[in-house]
This record gives sequence, structure tokens and C-alpha cells, in this order.
Amino acid sequence: MSDQLIYAMEVTLNGLMAGVLYALVALGFVLIYKASGIFNYAQGVMALFAAMTLVGIMNGQVPFSHLINAMFGTHIHHFGWHVPALIAIILTIGVMILLAWAVQYFVMRHLVNQEPIILFMATIGLAYFLEGLSDLMWGSEIKKLDVGLPQGINLWLDEVTFNIFGYGFFVDNLDIVATVIAALLVAALVAFSQYTKQGRAMRAVADDHQAALSVGISLNYIWVMVWSVAGFVALVAGIVWGTKSGVQFSLSLIALKALPVLMLGGFTSIPGAIVGGLIIGVGEKLFDFLIGPMIGGATENWFAYVLALVFLVFRPQGLFGEKIIERV
Amino acid sequence: MKTKLMTLALGAMMAAGPVMADLVFPSLSYRTGPYAAGGIPFADGYADYFTLLNERDGGIGGVPTKLLECETGYNTEKGVECYESLKGEGALVFQPLSTGITYQLIPKTTADDIPMHTMGYGRTSAANGDVFSHTFNYPGTYWNGASGAINYLLEINGGDIKGKKIALVYHNSAYGKEPIRTLEELQKKYGYDLSLLPVDHPGQEQKSQWLQIRREKPDYVLMWGWGVMNQVAIQEAANIRFPMENFIGIWWSGAEHDVLPAGEKANGYKALTFHNVGRDFPIFDDIKTHVVDTGKAAGAGDQIGNVLYNRGMYAAMLAAEAVKTAQEIHGTAQINASQMRDGMEALSITEEKMAANGMPNFGPSFDVSCENHGGPGLVGVTQWDAANQTWSMISDFQPTDMEVIGALIAEDSAAYAAENKIDSQCN
Repeated sequence: MSDQLIYAMEVTLNGLMAGVLYALVALGFVLIYKASGIFNYAQGVMALFAAMTLVGIMNGQVPFSHLINAMFGTHIHHFGWHVPALIAIILTIGVMILLAWAVQYFVMRHLVNQEPIILFMATIGLAYFLEGLSDLMWGSEIKKLDVGLPQGINLWLDEVTFNIFGYGFFVDNLDIVATVIAALLVAALVAFSQYTKQGRAMRAVADDHQAALSVGISLNYIWVMVWSVAGFVALVAGIVWGTKSGVQFSLSLIALKALPVLMLGGFTSIPGAIVGGLIIGVGEKLFDFLIGPMIGGATENWFAYVLALVFLVFRPQGLFGEKIIERV
Repeated sequence: MKTKLMTLALGAMMAAGPVMADLVFPSLSYRTGPYAAGGIPFADGYADYFTLLNERDGGIGGVPTKLLECETGYNTEKGVECYESLKGEGALVFQPLSTGITYQLIPKTTADDIPMHTMGYGRTSAANGDVFSHTFNYPGTYWNGASGAINYLLEINGGDIKGKKIALVYHNSAYGKEPIRTLEELQKKYGYDLSLLPVDHPGQEQKSQWLQIRREKPDYVLMWGWGVMNQVAIQEAANIRFPMENFIGIWWSGAEHDVLPAGEKANGYKALTFHNVGRDFPIFDDIKTHVVDTGKAAGAGDQIGNVLYNRGMYAAMLAAEAVKTAQEIHGTAQINASQMRDGMEALSITEEKMAANGMPNFGPSFDVSCENHGGPGLVGVTQWDAANQTWSMISDFQPTDMEVIGALIAEDSAAYAAENKIDSQCN
């Protein structure tokens, strides 16, 4: 087998893993869009906010300490304790639920029946607000996140592939864990929406707000629930990406990676987010490997969008999106 | 009625005119956004040094300093807005802390007769003062950095790097591309193999680049990164088990926050520098006494002694020394921007001055001249000790290949001069 083919196989494998990471971010967008028709621009910032909150709780950091110190001349920064990762994650989920309630109570409920573009603009405002809030609460410095996820080369796979091909494949342990987490998350989300009362109510709201209201489903409750689940997905994405690069402002930019995934997979399909992520991940990595060197490299960012646009030419609703036909 | 009108007019004129009582230093900082982790310590160091001068010495030459901070978010448009809003406030020198903003401000500062200092960043060919009259980039430039890295590799390889494979991982921007030309020229001279690996902004995903490095097994990797790109690159290098002692970053890829996320695995990573690192300097005692303990520190006080804090402090010290020089030249303590430019052009930094400022051996000694705005271009190497979480200098400040760099500077600045119809500024 030629070296080029073996390397292409390694690149494909890593592309699949990268695709899963993109899909993790895209899932949050899909959940909110599916239930409320809102394209949540703030999803990336929610991942940042969740990860910063998690690290802050784990390190026993005093929230708003810079503000408190500036106002009162104090020098407090830490409570002096460290919280175990699992408890910190549970507490952070609580914070994300609180955030979901606040978003619903202070923003979204006032915008019921508004045009989708108005709701979209509201989420842009929310994104900027959350960016500032994250900085104000936890500071701008880069924080190391360690919740016990393994990192580094998977030695087993390295050895196995070396025995077969004479070249050991590199796969990051973190990517493997992320794949398992994403699979569990998707299974849980599908089970939740198919087999629970709340999940069915969520789907009913997604299908028709008015009809759902007429059978006694509380829109407020469902939307708080959906934003909470999206917050949880943001936390998972924040943990995985934050473990990779440290928790910092740039986490909010991971949303850029989710957009081509959504365009390709469709905005309303959970499996679409996964399949879209995998196609984008493999496509961009292979293109960069095969064509990149001929055109100067750094093709990944733009190629993902080109790939998504090519798919849109043939399926405007995305691979798994709902085809909307409006008759006049 | 006439008297009232005259009084009102006089009052309005006084209110509208700039306050000239202080020596004004604008700080184009970025405490928010994706690059805040790098912007905050630099801004703190810059601010704390001027606070120290005010608190300890009553300013410079008896005139208090005044810092005007403007948030750019590392955004070029905002940086230009900051410049426009502050230039009328009596600003003596601008330090944009961004290569993008620098390129925009070169013609503006020249037209407005305000000097600009781009220490270790910006347009390298601005070192030619004969063309770039108002831009200074002493004590070193990116091209000095590239040459310094190659010199260091020559030193640890007994002077021969022919056939060695060197990969450059760089931010796919004007900043990241700066060293390429120099490295290509030096490649002709020393015969190493150079491969170029661009990383798109922001650099959160670099799997392709590091898989390529793993396949091609370069002997050394150089990095021109900024922001999240640095942390991810160091983590990915650790993941593929690339030897950290063979991984060398430019000075914007060598701060504490770049290596801390990778933990122990970052041990041994190296970075270039044009100033010293650490807290072992007398000035930090003064900063503690006069700035931190009096509650006047710019930030939370937790950045003091960090690499980028030291760099900000060093930039402020060089600006203050230029003010002193300008005050001597023009015989006045209350200098203006044009006089500050003269002071920068006549600046002479000696070890005696550094020691007197509480910063012995903090940076190289050098003289600036009309022709040479780039300083000596001496470059040192630092190394990260993950166990103690400290950077240490592992080489002296060494000269770089000015024969190659000088020719490149002359070529690039000549093209700029021809394009902008600039005559010789030094004759």
C-alpha cells in the first residue's frame, strides 16, 4: 500500500474525529432551532460561558472579584477551596438552567410572535452580553481545564496500525472520548425527544406553537427546557474544546466551525448535525491533505463553507433538513 | 454684555484646547476579546511603569505622566478610531500593539508628526528611518527574530544545519508571514530544508498541520503564533510527542498563558526574546512599594513579572528614556510629539541607564539613529520550566544576520518609498 494512501487513511480517521467535535457544537444550534425556530447566534458564547463557569467553580474563584475589588478596594480572588470536577459540572448545569430561565424570562417571552430575524437579532445581543458577563464574572485570562479527560496519542491504535501498515496512526485520546460522549449525547437526546412526555411536548411545540398551546403545553416551560438542554450541550462542547486549548475567549469562535455543519446537515435534524459534522470534518482534512500543499495550505476554514454550499445547490434544506414549501 | 461675551468666548477656548500640563502616553490596549490574555499583562506593565514614575519621581523631568487608555480589542478599525480620538490630547508616542493597526497608522502618524513605537512587531522595514521617519521598532524586529532562531539552531548544531528539516507553523496573516522571506534567504545561505505550515485564524483546529509534522518529522519547528493558536500548537506538539526543546516560538508565542494549558507536557518549550524575563530585578520592589501597595496598580497585580508584563514595562521605560533625551535636546521639560520623535531618534540605552532604572541586564544596550530605527536586533532564547512555572534565559542576546536582514529592509523600504514618493529623511 502506498504511503500516500496510508496517510490519507490517517487523515480521514482524524477528520471523522474532528467532525464529531464540530457536531458537538452544531447540536446546540439544532436543538433550539428545532424547538423554537430561533437561530441561536449565542451558542458559541454559551459554550465559553459554561466552560468558564465550570473552571471558576472548580478553582473556587470568586465571581465578579475584579469588579468587587475595584468597587470596595478589597483583594479577594478565591474562596480557598477546590471543587471536584463532577460536583462542579453539576453546579454548572444548574447555572446553565438558571441562564436558560433568565433568557426566557427577560428576553424571549417578550418576543413571542415576532419575525425570526428579530429573534435572531436578540440572540446576537445575548451573545455580546454573555461575552461581557463571562469576562466580568471570571476574568479574561486563559484557564487550564482538567476534568480528567485523557489527552495525547492513543498508543493501542498506534501499535495496531503500525503492525498492519508499518506506520502508526495518530489519534488523540481526547478525540476518542469526545466521540463516545457525542454518541451518548445524541442517543440521550433522541431518546428524550422520542420517549419522554417533555420530549414529545418539545416536538409538538416545534411542529406548531398554536396547536401545542391549545392542548395545554406551556411554551415558556418548553423553551426554558430547550435552552437548558442547549446549555448542557454547550457545556459538553466547552469541556472538550476547553481541555484542548484552555478555557479562553476563543472558545466562542467554535461556532464558526458549526455553521457549515448546519448548512450541510440541516438546521432541524440531530442526526443531520452528526452526519454533517463527519462530512465536513473528513472533507476539509482530506482536501487540505491532498490539494492544500498545491495552493499554499490553510484551506480548512474556507473549504468547509465551499463544501456546504455545494451541497446546498442540490439540497437547499440540507441533507436531513425539512423541506419547506410555502404557497402563496 | 460685551465683557460677558468675551469671558464666555475665553472660557470656551480654554475648555476646547488640549490640556498640556502632563506628558501624555496613549495606551492602545486590548483587555477584551480573543487576544485579551496577551493584551492585559502588556497594558498593565505599560501603565504601572508610568504610575511608578509619577509616584516615586514626580514624573519625568518634574512633569507628571498621564496615561490615556483606549480599548482596541485587537481590532484594526477600533485601533484607528483610538488613534484619531487620542492624537489631539497631546499624545507623545503611540504603541499600537498590533501589526494590522501599525500598517494603518504609519502614514497617519507621519502626517500628524507623532512618533510610533512598534517594539518587536509591525512593519519590519520601518527600521529604515531614512524612509519611515516617524516609526521606530527598536530593539528588534520579526526578521531579527527569524535570524535569531536560525543562529540559535546553528549554535546548538555546531554551526552546521545543512540538510536539517525546519518547519514554520505560522498564523496565516501579515504578521505570521513576516519571517518567511528572511527564512528563505537564510535557507540559501545555510542549506536547510524549510516547510511552511499556515494556520488560519483563530487557530483552534490544527490537526492537519501537526499530522503533517508527524509524517515529515522535521528536526525543528518554529512558530509565529498569537492567541489561541499558541496554546493549541503547544498542546498538539505534546500530543504527537514532538520534542519540546526543538520547538521554538517567536516572542509573541512565549508567555506563561501559552504554555500553562499544556501543563507538564510543555516543559522545555523555547521562545525567542529581546528582553529579559522573570521577577529578579530591583524595579519590582519599587513597583510593589509605590504602585501595588498604594492600590494604584493597573490590574489585579497578578501579572507582575510575567513575560508580557515585563515587555509592557520595558516599552514604557524606553518611552520614558526617549522623553528624557528629548527634554535634554530641546531644553524643555514639557515636550511635544515632534520633540519626542527627536528624542526617540537620539535615544541611547546603556547598561548604566538600565541599572539606574532598576532593570540591570534587562535588555541590550543600543543607540538609535536617523538611519536605524530598528536598534541592534539582538535576540535571546528563553525556555519554559513547567515544574517551577518559570521562563529562564538560556542564551545571551546575540547578534543576528544584519547582512541578509539589512538587504531585505533596504529592498522593502525602497519599494515603499517609491510607492509613496518619499524622499530621503536623513539628508
